[in-house]
Amino acid sequence: MASHHILSVLVENRAGVLARVAGLFSQRGYNIYSLAVAPTDDDRFSRITIVVDVESSPLEQITKQLFKLVNVVKITELHPDESVERELMLLTIKAEPGARGQIMELVQVFEGRIVGVGHDQVTVMLAGTPAKLDDFEELLRPYGIDELQRTGRVALPKLERQAPKLRTVKGKVS
Amino acid sequence: MKLTGAQALIKSLEMEKVEVMFGLPGGAILPVYDPIIDSSIRHILVRHEQGAGHMAEGYAHATGRPGVAIVTSGPAATNIVTPLCDAYLDSIPFVCITGQVPYGSIGTDAFQECDTTGITRSVTKHNWLVSKAEDIPLIVREAFHLATTGRPGPVLIDLPKDISNQTMEWYWPTDADVAADLPGYKPNTKGHPKMIQEAAKLIAKAKQPVIYAGGGILKARAAEALRQLVELTGIPVVTTLMARGAFPDSHELCLGMPGMHGNYTAVTAMQRADLLIALGSRFDDRVTGKVGGFAPDAKIIHVDIDPAELGKVRRPDVPIVGDCRLVIEEMVKAVNDTGGSESQADRSAWITQIREWQKDFPLTYDRSGDDGSLKPQMVIETLRDATPDDTVVVSGVGQHQMWTSQYWKVEHPYTWVNSGGLGTMGFAVPAAIGAKVGRPDRMVWAVDGDGCFQMTAQELVTASSERIPVKIAILNNAYLGMVRQWQEMFYEERYSEVYLSPDLPDYVKWAEAMGCVGLRVEHPEEVQPAIDKANSINDRPVVIDFRTDSREKVYPMVPAGASNDEIVVDPSQGEGGR
Repeated sequence: MASHHILSVLVENRAGVLARVAGLFSQRGYNIYSLAVAPTDDDRFSRITIVVDVESSPLEQITKQLFKLVNVVKITELHPDESVERELMLLTIKAEPGARGQIMELVQVFEGRIVGVGHDQVTVMLAGTPAKLDDFEELLRPYGIDELQRTGRVALPKLERQAPKLRTVKGKVS
Repeated sequence: MKLTGAQALIKSLEMEKVEVMFGLPGGAILPVYDPIIDSSIRHILVRHEQGAGHMAEGYAHATGRPGVAIVTSGPAATNIVTPLCDAYLDSIPFVCITGQVPYGSIGTDAFQECDTTGITRSVTKHNWLVSKAEDIPLIVREAFHLATTGRPGPVLIDLPKDISNQTMEWYWPTDADVAADLPGYKPNTKGHPKMIQEAAKLIAKAKQPVIYAGGGILKARAAEALRQLVELTGIPVVTTLMARGAFPDSHELCLGMPGMHGNYTAVTAMQRADLLIALGSRFDDRVTGKVGGFAPDAKIIHVDIDPAELGKVRRPDVPIVGDCRLVIEEMVKAVNDTGGSESQADRSAWITQIREWQKDFPLTYDRSGDDGSLKPQMVIETLRDATPDDTVVVSGVGQHQMWTSQYWKVEHPYTWVNSGGLGTMGFAVPAAIGAKVGRPDRMVWAVDGDGCFQMTAQELVTASSERIPVKIAILNNAYLGMVRQWQEMFYEERYSEVYLSPDLPDYVKWAEAMGCVGLRVEHPEEVQPAIDKANSINDRPVVIDFRTDSREKVYPMVPAGASNDEIVVDPSQGEGGR
């Protein structure tokens, strides 16, 4: 994940804005690693959290081009070390009677929850850091994963005693 | 006052002081065409929607005011995508209005429905799908605001038919309303004072500087400021294809056009420069050649209103975000504050070197006339000398465009109109019409190729019926000439699908069928009389079919992908003189 950066993009909550943002990435040849979008506490705005693959192109150019979109209000780059990142995963896994106990143990260790139970399957929910989700997925894989869905990460700056190192890109070029 | 959406749209355009719009009606835009009858705005009925778009662009190029085009939904909208993209790449202020199927029918594959805002999203600065009539005045104001401020560009308003028929209570939004509705749009026009100081310091020290003037100078109305900066510092200027006219070609410090077909001195001065002052230019690949080999020893001062241009291609030493005119004016002050012209480094050796290049490698072609063929460059020089120096010259895309840019002496801003970034063949005829509508006081000549002419010639019907007396010089070499040149030089003369025939169509008869005067020139001695005759006709368009030498190539040339050091000059001048 070294070459990934998190952009927290505040946009106007209007029709077509997500298409403009996503379209810009494909139009300019940038790669999106993950993307999550939802309204903020102010219903005029939504926040798009984009994890970008900066090996495809420099982050500075991506943020500058993004900021040219009229509906983009503010862009904040969150450094992984200085932000709180969380992601949610839903995962349906084979759970034959013999394996079910082991699976539930793992779910407990990872502080996940069983949210659906079938005859020979369970659906598990786990929220956490992306790395924790990766570990969980790896440990459960041998049992047989039937379906898996991750949300893509959301992030906010980490609160520290000193001011968070939060680099606002907007209008700071010259 | 209650108005329909359609009436509100036309009234909003009137409030924006629109004097002319170019368009063609159809089903979804029908309600809007009714109030046009009663409006003060002149409507010019085009023959193809692409023509409407390029006319709006030509108008905007020549006047600096935003061009307006209005067309219907579906195929009309897709036909105008090319001009939108053209305007996007050349930063032309252009407001495009399209009809759309009724709001409730959107997404049902209704008759003449297409996803216009989706299709045009990547070729407009912004676009809107109107969802209620009461939004129309605000959207129109925002559209003109976005098209003309910051980095100018095209915008599109997609108006569903039922919204045009809805009634609304008329209002006109204030600046504050516009600002409140555009919370993410705040272009930075004033350059950072510290950066401008830094720039002045670099300028004073530079021994071999070049000003690299781009289209941003013209967009920012900064030609006068540029002249002050040049005369204060004595730094030579190159004017890119988009900046021809931003600095007069006759000025002793004007080196002309750089780039793939730029002249030797402009290209080489940039290569050897120790400082490039890029003003409203964007390090386009046609200027830089191979980026890694471009101006290797130069420090860069880069001024642009679009922050994304700074560092996009070449990392500047001094980046300045701002409006070119405001920044150059501040730069002039900063240079004056640090001692003015006296404190500038000694550049006499640099100027001497430049004069040598100019003497050794001028633009050249075979002027002898030995083989009796008609040289395209000679046609352009004759035309240039036979027209007033404030003539607006418009070109299409290809060899004729490069020759016109090379041989036309552009003396005034806004007298050179062409398609730079997108390279849109067929641009010239409609753009010339738009330019003439915007500047009826000026003579307007289009220099076009035979390939280009065939793409949009039908707009001469528009010109004839609207009494717009543009003049078209077709450099008819019976080929897609630029492609032919590449096939000759890089594909071992294997000519693939480039021959067009000089006689099919018969350009004279075609011109006459469209209500124009048609003339044909086959020999050098006929050039002057034909141009004189064309210049004397002012009540209709004129088309001259110049039968030019198809073997003629554009030199100098930097081969695609090569460094600018590998510039190839005219074969008569030897091996590049390095």
